[in-house]
Amino acid sequence: MSVRHALLGLLSEGPKYGHQLRQEFEARTGDVWALNVGQVYTTLQRLERDGLVASDDEAAEGPQKAFRITEAGAEELAEWLRTPPDLTTPPRDELVIKVLVALAMPTVDVHEVIQAHRRYLVELMQQWTRLKEDEGEFDLPLALVVDAELGRLDSVIRWLDSADGRLKRAVVEPTAPTAAPAPRLRRRLAVRR
Amino acid sequence: MSFLELRHVTKVYGDGSSEVRALDDVSLGVDRGGLVAVMGPSGSGKSTLLTIAGSLEEPSGGEVVIDGHSLSEMSHNDKARLRRRTIGYVFQDFNLLPGLTAAENVSLPLELDGTGARRARTAALEALERLGLVERAGHFPDQLSGGERQRVAIARAVVGERRLLLADEPSGALDSANSEAVMRMILAACKTGVAAMVVTHDAQLAAWADRVVFLRDGTVVDQTVPPPSAEALISSGPKP
Repeated sequence: MSVRHALLGLLSEGPKYGHQLRQEFEARTGDVWALNVGQVYTTLQRLERDGLVASDDEAAEGPQKAFRITEAGAEELAEWLRTPPDLTTPPRDELVIKVLVALAMPTVDVHEVIQAHRRYLVELMQQWTRLKEDEGEFDLPLALVVDAELGRLDSVIRWLDSADGRLKRAVVEPTAPTAAPAPRLRRRLAVRR
Repeated sequence: MSFLELRHVTKVYGDGSSEVRALDDVSLGVDRGGLVAVMGPSGSGKSTLLTIAGSLEEPSGGEVVIDGHSLSEMSHNDKARLRRRTIGYVFQDFNLLPGLTAAENVSLPLELDGTGARRARTAALEALERLGLVERAGHFPDQLSGGERQRVAIARAVVGERRLLLADEPSGALDSANSEAVMRMILAACKTGVAAMVVTHDAQLAAWADRVVFLRDGTVVDQTVPPPSAEALISSGPKP
């Protein structure tokens, strides 16, 4: 989450005070991400140091000091909006590792481990959906945040479902061991990149 | 007591070496105004569960109780009446009759049950109105979009005094906006006291339910616990 760029986005509408930025940040992100005012001022100081925002020099540090975006800040913001986040490297996913560890342990029922995670994720999705049910039709930023969370959790459940099915099939029709070991994932990924 | 109760329901197809146990000792209840989702992969028995709950199929063992009446003690005619009056079905492929308009599709179950044509039409138009479709009442299914067809199917399932709504993958191949609309409509029906059961493999759909029951190989393996308030989620939610 880039607080830095979110603040630049808010300042692109015109000069604002620190406490105002905090309030607007929370309102525009559906009140889902809390931000403390100290974090806002620290971020603003760094943005100012980097020449991306400027403040009214006359005013003392504190709530009466207004900030505005500089030309360099506007360029940085436009660039950031269009830069895709880094999704190329597989993340070290804790859930995937848990399932792989469970698979290697003969005393553990991997399907039961998968179901425990599936239930937890569905319960989380129920909570997010309840939020959408209550307010989503009226609060656009909140609906967008909720949709993003639901999509993310749903994709994890889909992975659990496919892992569940794959493991079940593997028991029924075990694959014959191949003569030559398959190249390791890391090597294969490295070749592709 | 729950409006719909399945007690130790078992369903076996075939016999001997070809025996397939589609459902094995499944018990669950749906209260008036409640929405229960049954989630499971294909082949888990969830569609069989729904057809047995809707009296479209007989269980091999156990019993189904709807509004305090055990289906096994009902005559063929009583069950047929229950299906026409009390139960509404929504299927993935909508099952609308192509030769009838939207309004006629909705009023048909009432007319089959002996309601006069004029009263049935009024009730159908009211149901379509509630789902924002009254201006499409005279259109035939092939003149409607997928989302509109599914809304007609829901109107047909809730028209009249239906108290139990059974839905099998109700969002079918609809996009996410239409799927959400379908679930909002089912919830709106629940708010009026309808008991609803939705079977699906889709977690986004299941998440609208009060309770999610997980079915694997014909057995209930797990279910969600009632979620805490949404506020709890926000205060413990992701931090920047």
